Amino acid sequence: MKSSFVKRLTLAASVMLIGGSAAAQVKIAYIDPLSGPFANVGDAGLKGFKEAAEILVNQKGGIMGQKLEFTGFDNKGSPQETQIQLKAAIDQGFRFVTLGNGSGAAHSLIDAVNKWNARNPDKTVLFFNYAAVDPTLTNEKCSFWHFRFDANTEMKMEAISNFMEKDKSIKKVFIIGQDYAHGHQVAKYTKEMLAKKRKDIKIVGEDLHPIGRVKDFAPYIAKIKASGADTVMTGNWGNDLSLLIKAAKDAGLKARFFTYYAGGLGTPQAMGAAGENQVLQLTEWHMNVPTKNTEKFAQDFNKKYPGIWFYYLRVNNMVEMVAKAMNTAKSTDPKAVALALEDMRFQNDTGEVWMRKSDHQAMQPLYISIFSKADGKTVKHDSEGTGYGWKTLASISQRDSQLPTSCIMERP
Amino acid sequence: MEFVVMSLLNGITYGLLLFMLSSGLTLIFSMMGILNFAHASFYMLGAYFAYQISTWIGFWPGLLVAPLVVGAVGAAIERYGLRRAHRFGHVAELLFTFGLAFLVEEIVHLIWGKVAVDYRIPVELDGTLFTLFDTSFPIYKGFMMLISVGMLLALYMLLTRTRIGLIIQAALTKPDMVEALGHNVPRIFMLVFGGGTALAGLAGVIGGNAFVTEPGMAAAVGSIVFVVVVVGGLGSLGGAFVASLLIGCIQTFSVAMTLSITDVFALVGISLPEGSQVARLTITQLAPVLPYVLMVAILIFRPRGLMGARES
Repeated sequence: MKSSFVKRLTLAASVMLIGGSAAAQVKIAYIDPLSGPFANVGDAGLKGFKEAAEILVNQKGGIMGQKLEFTGFDNKGSPQETQIQLKAAIDQGFRFVTLGNGSGAAHSLIDAVNKWNARNPDKTVLFFNYAAVDPTLTNEKCSFWHFRFDANTEMKMEAISNFMEKDKSIKKVFIIGQDYAHGHQVAKYTKEMLAKKRKDIKIVGEDLHPIGRVKDFAPYIAKIKASGADTVMTGNWGNDLSLLIKAAKDAGLKARFFTYYAGGLGTPQAMGAAGENQVLQLTEWHMNVPTKNTEKFAQDFNKKYPGIWFYYLRVNNMVEMVAKAMNTAKSTDPKAVALALEDMRFQNDTGEVWMRKSDHQAMQPLYISIFSKADGKTVKHDSEGTGYGWKTLASISQRDSQLPTSCIMERP
Repeated sequence: MEFVVMSLLNGITYGLLLFMLSSGLTLIFSMMGILNFAHASFYMLGAYFAYQISTWIGFWPGLLVAPLVVGAVGAAIERYGLRRAHRFGHVAELLFTFGLAFLVEEIVHLIWGKVAVDYRIPVELDGTLFTLFDTSFPIYKGFMMLISVGMLLALYMLLTRTRIGLIIQAALTKPDMVEALGHNVPRIFMLVFGGGTALAGLAGVIGGNAFVTEPGMAAAVGSIVFVVVVVGGLGSLGGAFVASLLIGCIQTFSVAMTLSITDVFALVGISLPEGSQVARLTITQLAPVLPYVLMVAILIFRPRGLMGARES
């Protein structure tokens, strides 16, 4: 009697154990600002990842039958806090982390991941970078444990400066950016590339402002205006971009803005009609790039999360490529996943995304677009309910976006 | 020229907003001797209340109601919290307001979330007031100036032309005497605290939609208002006014300077070694630090502030 009870108990326990592992998930820690001045950016990103995991992976059978899940860890945008959150994630059993906002935080994370993996070769961690674009992360500081799914600043500036080269109306350029790695890199590559391609263009000013702390950009706009610039180049993101554009609109500044991130997170609303034919962006996708599935995905997303507009195709790319790598490797071990992800060629809605093996930098088609009145034809969809949307001016093929790398990768 | 005028206008607008924030702090500080660390939290509450009210009944009623609600909250906190803490001395008071600032931030997180709320300028005030040279000046900035100047006048009239103002002024310097004359000094303190926080609330109502209404907005202005109070001098509304405008203009104009540290030293005939990281910093990059440099300088050379009535 007693022994059969014990037997039953053991049976129940083992059923629970097996049941537990069958429902196990592949967990990815999302380390990004969920409070502070960039909370809106981090929040939108997390919702994007959760939605992509659900629609693109879990509803199609998951990863070897397991569900893919994203959990938020708030790094408050700070490099120090990023390391603390990485530690917390590792302690909770996470073996995959993703981060996008802030190259400062990305530098901190890549260092911490490298160090951890060197000391714990049996418990390695893999870092998927979906938006930190400092070129050094795939050049001098490249790591086997880091993969970047967004084009880096060097690639973006190459595309933008090629575009500027042909536009003879550009004579005076003002560079404004956030005072940290990313802002510095944008300024550096803008100056270098314009000096090579268009010697006649004058850089009439260059300003770096504290990141996330300026609430009134009017003084900066007054300075841009006084410089006589006809074009402004900025890598700003989040509120630093929407407030900048809002101040430019208030002061009636008639310069054209070349941006990375004007397509989302409140910036279209901040510019409204004043942004028409004034603001350009370089992205891997926008709502008016004709696609098969992404358009519907975006519309469903916008309906599900009112107030947030789907904007990052690279989030979807990352989720699908990571799932594909795990399914191909038939493993969720970080090293096996990394080996399967290297050199992967993935067909997405806009073309082929290739994860270059030598530096772990994704190559993908890019688009330069301008804010224009929605007309139901070329500008089929407006952005954030403003009546204005993005019109493609130039497409850069995946092959043309490729640049050489100086990466010498240490491989395990 | 265009640049100087526009920068001046921007500086004055910002300065006036700062004044609205710090006038309440100066009043409370000089009268009750309380360094209210939570003062900027009332600024934030003003913005959030106004946002909430604007989603129900519109911006204009909110402009009036939100500061009153903030003032009532402030008065209640003084009556039921601060007055008790007061019995245990200044350190207890200081710690009380310090804790209060964190508490308010967490409450804001709980109610409105960690992400900025969509508190917008009303359509009537969204546009261009006038165009100077060819830079436009937004209506809303004019509106902000109008409200701050109006408030300054009202405050001045209240303090100098009314009976309650006389009593407040008297209680400022000789609370024991005023009490001996039969006035209820604790109630006056409560009114001043409520009034001071209502002013901060009003600043929040018009500052929240001009900039961003987010849980970090209190921390962003929290330290700068203390600079205003120290630079202006204790117990001096006039000093706070001058200091606010001064700091507003310093912030705006320093952004505009293209000089680097090397250039500044070159002006006085000292040449710095080439290539050092510090020497290449521009005044623009130093802009956020300058108010604090001013504060330290004032504390060293004129501890009672520009127009301070007393030293402590």
